[in-house]
Amino acid sequence: MRRVLLGLFGLTVLVIAALTVILFREVNGSAIAAVDATKIASTPEQIERGEYLARIGNCAGCHTARGGEAYAGGGAVDTPFGTVYATNLTPDASVGIGNWSTESFYRAMHEGRSQDGRLLYPAFPYPHFSLTTRDDTDAIFSFLVHRVKPVSQRNTEHTLAFPYNNRYALAAWRILYFKPSPFQADSARSAQWNRGSYLVQGLAHCGACHSTRNALGAPIAGHTYDGAMMPLNDWYAPSLTDKREASVADWPIEHIARWLKDGTSPSGAALGPMAEIVFQSTQYATHADLTAMSDYLKSLTVTSNDRATPTPTTGTINEAGKRIYKDRCASCHGDEGKGKSDAFPALAGNRTVLMANPTNLISLILKGGFAPATAGNPRPHGMPPFYHLLTDTDIANVASFVRSSWGNAAPALTELDMVKYRNALETVR
Amino acid sequence: MVFTFAAAVLTTPSSAEPVLSHEAMTERLQACISCHGKEGRTINQEYLPRIAGKPAGYLFNQLMNFRDGRRKNNAVMTHLLQPLSDAYLREIAAYFSELEIPYPSPDVAKASTETLKLGESLVLRGDPARKLPACAACHGSPLTGVAPAIPGLLGLPTAYLSAQLGAWRAGQRHAQSPDCMGEMAKALSPQDVGAVTAWLSSQPVPSNSKPTASIAALGAPLPLRCGGVPQ
Repeated sequence: MRRVLLGLFGLTVLVIAALTVILFREVNGSAIAAVDATKIASTPEQIERGEYLARIGNCAGCHTARGGEAYAGGGAVDTPFGTVYATNLTPDASVGIGNWSTESFYRAMHEGRSQDGRLLYPAFPYPHFSLTTRDDTDAIFSFLVHRVKPVSQRNTEHTLAFPYNNRYALAAWRILYFKPSPFQADSARSAQWNRGSYLVQGLAHCGACHSTRNALGAPIAGHTYDGAMMPLNDWYAPSLTDKREASVADWPIEHIARWLKDGTSPSGAALGPMAEIVFQSTQYATHADLTAMSDYLKSLTVTSNDRATPTPTTGTINEAGKRIYKDRCASCHGDEGKGKSDAFPALAGNRTVLMANPTNLISLILKGGFAPATAGNPRPHGMPPFYHLLTDTDIANVASFVRSSWGNAAPALTELDMVKYRNALETVR
Repeated sequence: MVFTFAAAVLTTPSSAEPVLSHEAMTERLQACISCHGKEGRTINQEYLPRIAGKPAGYLFNQLMNFRDGRRKNNAVMTHLLQPLSDAYLREIAAYFSELEIPYPSPDVAKASTETLKLGESLVLRGDPARKLPACAACHGSPLTGVAPAIPGLLGLPTAYLSAQLGAWRAGQRHAQSPDCMGEMAKALSPQDVGAVTAWLSSQPVPSNSKPTASIAALGAPLPLRCGGVPQ
């Protein structure tokens, strides 16, 4: 017995020692030699392609702070674990990437490790960028160092809570959930589909918002693109695999591509965070790439998870909601919820209205929103905010009314829901 | 730098799209109109300013300031403007600047005579002892603003005026650098702010509510350098 206990103790010590060594090695990566990045040869074609790819990856969405210098960093990425601040990607040698090499840049994108060997937080979506080819990361790097103006803006310290601010915790997370992996083409599929798969899963990092994560912020197998709350819980990135949410399985490819290009289509406009993605990123994609991404998105296996099962309402009309609708909504969306062509979306049969998760409906009523201004829709229509005109109870009533009228049959929202979805409310109140 | 920017403001939208009719813009701008009134007037919430008839350059600068985070005092304004282009913001500014509608009656002054006298004096004459220029030195002696980028100060509620000066003092509102109004607001005492806003909001808007045509027409250069304003 004593021998068994000693043996177990010894084994535990060994396992802990081995884990410590693995963690230590993960944390202490090697530095890559500094070079003068601005002297690295490139061609105008490569720089231009890099600029294009940086748009597809929407690097500026985080690395250019609102109103700040291009790519000088400082954009806040809110996570459930604290705030991570995007770093300076300008070719400044002291605070930017002016002394990085193409190798360091590839390693950051592919492995999530900085030039000096430090681990990077996956708020920088390297689990997606890992798929990007060396050729493409070289092009992005050449754009950043040859076309972007150097800015000596210091990086902002992340404000992560314990234990997430600990590099060993990050190393453990990576060992559990991240393995650098190049893109695997599917030879049974067309070149177009594979291009779409490469972009959607990689640079465009659609899954960063649209995939469910576990309590530690890691993707869960089998839940890719099945919808997830945004970090501040004020918007919901709908499922791309559920026809009751944002699946495009039933849309023609042209129609999906137009939506990503113009931010609008016969099926409605991009609003909320997706309006910003179209504005900053997808509107710049070529027709070929948009078609490829659409091909891939359309092919996603259609699922329908339990949480999206609506229980039909009892047929009672929310009279208070009906009055609010008549006063505040009907002039645009129509007495019958039919909307008006491209200008005002129909609410009858509208997936944003009907989704089991009502966060976006609540947020839109509160904050309103414009569709993105794009070449195809340069002067978009906007939905007014009502945060100052409607109480939480009013919003629950009017939302319940539209969810149960004109053939709509989604569950009513209650006062309790308004507590549950209070984050959507608190961002403006 | 300041000059380049001003030139950009004065140019008409470079968009290849034909300019839309007033009605078509009205349909698109419901998100603005629901708070700033059908014709740019305020609704029952005092803090939402009338924007009708304000100089287009001023409105464009404010739209940019909200979108790009220099004005932090209204999260919903920032949210609404995120996916909009510079070209569209110029057209939105032009739409509201061209609205000609009557002003409401001024607020009934609740402040003491002494406070109102201090307010009037600061607005029209400033305080040379403290090197405070008069509001009128930049906003024009009729206080109706100066085209293209300096706003009028009349026809606005007390609460809105003091909220803006307060936001500048607290760092919640910024203009492009150099932020001249930020400097001015910080140079005023709380008593000054109370006096200036009480007096301004009690003044009727003159029958010609149009902004002064240009800074040259003011007769003297601006006492401060201001970002986003041609000087």
